[in-house]
Amino acid sequence: MNCILIKNGRVIDPANNIDKICDLRIENGKIAELGNNLSDGGADVIDASGLLVTPGLIDMHVHLRDPGLEYKEDIISGTAAAAAGGVTSLACMPNTRPILDNLAVCRYIITKAQEQGTANVFPIGSITQGLKGEILSEMGELKEGGCVAFSDDGLPVTSSELMRRALEYSHTFDMPIISHAEDLSLVGNGVMNEGAVSTELGLSGIPWVAEDAMTARDIMLAELTGGHMHMAHVSTRGSVDLVRQAKARGIRVTCEAAPHHFTLTDEAVRGYNTNAKMNPPLRSQADVDAVRAGLADGTIDAIATDHAPHHFDEKNVEFAIALNGIVGLETMLPLTLKLVEDKVLELNRAIALMSYQPARVLSIDRGTLSPGAVADVVIIDPTLTWEVVPQKLHSKSKNTPFGGWIMKGGAVKTLLAGKVVFER
Amino acid sequence: MQFQHRHILGIKQFSAEELNFILETSASFKEINTRDIKKVPTLRGKTIINLFFEASTRTRTSFEIAGKRLSADTVNISGSSSSVVKGETLEDTARNIEAMHPNIIVMRHNASGAAAYLAERMGCSVINAGDGTHEHPSQALLDAFTIRQHKGKISGLKVAIVGDITHSRVVRSNIDCLNKLGAEVWISGPKTMLPPGIERLGCKVAANLTEALTEADVVMMLRIQHERQGKTLIPSLREYSRYFGLNDKNLKLAKPDAIVMHPGPMNRGVEISSVVADGPQNVILDQVENGVAVRMALLYLVSGGEKLAEN
Repeated sequence: MNCILIKNGRVIDPANNIDKICDLRIENGKIAELGNNLSDGGADVIDASGLLVTPGLIDMHVHLRDPGLEYKEDIISGTAAAAAGGVTSLACMPNTRPILDNLAVCRYIITKAQEQGTANVFPIGSITQGLKGEILSEMGELKEGGCVAFSDDGLPVTSSELMRRALEYSHTFDMPIISHAEDLSLVGNGVMNEGAVSTELGLSGIPWVAEDAMTARDIMLAELTGGHMHMAHVSTRGSVDLVRQAKARGIRVTCEAAPHHFTLTDEAVRGYNTNAKMNPPLRSQADVDAVRAGLADGTIDAIATDHAPHHFDEKNVEFAIALNGIVGLETMLPLTLKLVEDKVLELNRAIALMSYQPARVLSIDRGTLSPGAVADVVIIDPTLTWEVVPQKLHSKSKNTPFGGWIMKGGAVKTLLAGKVVFER
Repeated sequence: MQFQHRHILGIKQFSAEELNFILETSASFKEINTRDIKKVPTLRGKTIINLFFEASTRTRTSFEIAGKRLSADTVNISGSSSSVVKGETLEDTARNIEAMHPNIIVMRHNASGAAAYLAERMGCSVINAGDGTHEHPSQALLDAFTIRQHKGKISGLKVAIVGDITHSRVVRSNIDCLNKLGAEVWISGPKTMLPPGIERLGCKVAANLTEALTEADVVMMLRIQHERQGKTLIPSLREYSRYFGLNDKNLKLAKPDAIVMHPGPMNRGVEISSVVADGPQNVILDQVENGVAVRMALLYLVSGGEKLAEN
């Protein structure tokens, strides 16, 4: 029998309201028991004194670029980056080549991840065939194939009628629709947040209302249809408020926020830093504060990275033509722990936002240390300080605005079904 | 003083003292342009490449003449509006040109930040001749030079800049330049053409054209760039000229000795009436003339400037 005993760690399992120093025993890849002074009876012992022992983190918004764009990332490098960041489960977006709108691509991703990956990969199918915004994808079959949600991520569903039908149809299969809320007519040729910084740099701006207007529409459609609407990467004061009000009215809406949106403002774009170019763009301090408040009061359900690897050549160009997005899997944990240090979040809630809560949004059986659950566990040293050196990231792409930052906190051991897949 | 800059990327990099120094240097070059033989050997043997990714006649010609009058060898290269259209990155373009060992590259590009991008990657000097909607430092300097020529000073003047502020690189450089030199800059235009936070650059936003023009010492009109705008910014040129155009009537709001400027090319009858454009208060051709002197000074200063004494 394969047995691991993690001793004397501070075990945090928000799903079960557990936060105490104790031992955790893993048997045959499953959580066996939690308790004090568990005997090691032949188990491999890991001393976790002074460390946190939590469910493996879950990132519900990742671009693995595989199949089709493997020069940026593939399932192996992407899940390696996940493991290094303490992430044991991730949901990957469908904008691959070919698009994940059919069973073949879905099976390819799941199989490759199971055979060669170091994290659980849960595919997200596209809402519309070919991401064209015209005809719904075969959601029933995609669910059967292992998809956990649907999204045309990166592209808003511009037709309100089609979004309504998507919510109705996915409701039939009890699956969430993930919305990338953006009114493209308001975005125009904008390349960064509209404000004093865009004015000064002479770059076309994207107004906050481009996000808010679409968020409002999608929430109303969720109310109309009763479907589950999940708002991806909320970044504005307005959209956080809209979700807060919608939840108070009992509308079935959830949302996520990305670490860069609660850490950086549009000031990071200065110097035409293409590693600060993303969609939605980095916003103002007031928006950052609103996202933090939304995380604190429970309006925001999950922290997700929108991990978007791009090749150096795609960022080493004029700002206006650089591709959107940054890698995030390896910096999510310390950036979220910073919120704990800043007293925005309790540690328990921070862990919940990165594990139990996204699992609940996607209805996946992960994110808990309940006995019998799959032993996806991460051991975190909250005091570990390390410098972000882009070239040392496990992701194939190095596009991070946090290069040179000193981070506090990180995974020291990541266990996937009881097997160590990353060790610092 | 010693000029410490290898590149001219924007007004932002200069202190007021440095701006004044550039203007003084320009004044010393202006005289050369009025000589019968308009040539000095200052930059003999130096190679200047005018790399223009955007169409421009006035600025390119001005830089070319400036270089030639300093005896430099000037080469003009025009590219498509963005280097990627040709399938080559800007960095590759830059490397190829650098391999030919120019001393100075003067670049205009449609991407904001392109000049800085190039400067970071080049061994030679880079002069920004306009990057997207970011900066156009030589234009701001020639404007300041022209204001000083006519007003004798810049400090304490009220300068009104009117037009499409959002899409103007001239405005951004001018606000910074005139501000540092002590002027009070007011901007005005339809709200669709005023970008958010513009006042943080150091100007005042006038509620309307009347407020901007009243008691102004300098009125600077910007070109309405038909070709660049989406169709949604103004309903018609006719209406624009009525509410935001400068004519002989509303010019009376300004001080009697106010000067009228325009970076060109003008749309007569749109942002400026012909009566004003050709009237006694206009200094538009002085701007063009001064442009050559200012650009000679910039080319000279980034080249090290030690040979001026020989002229």
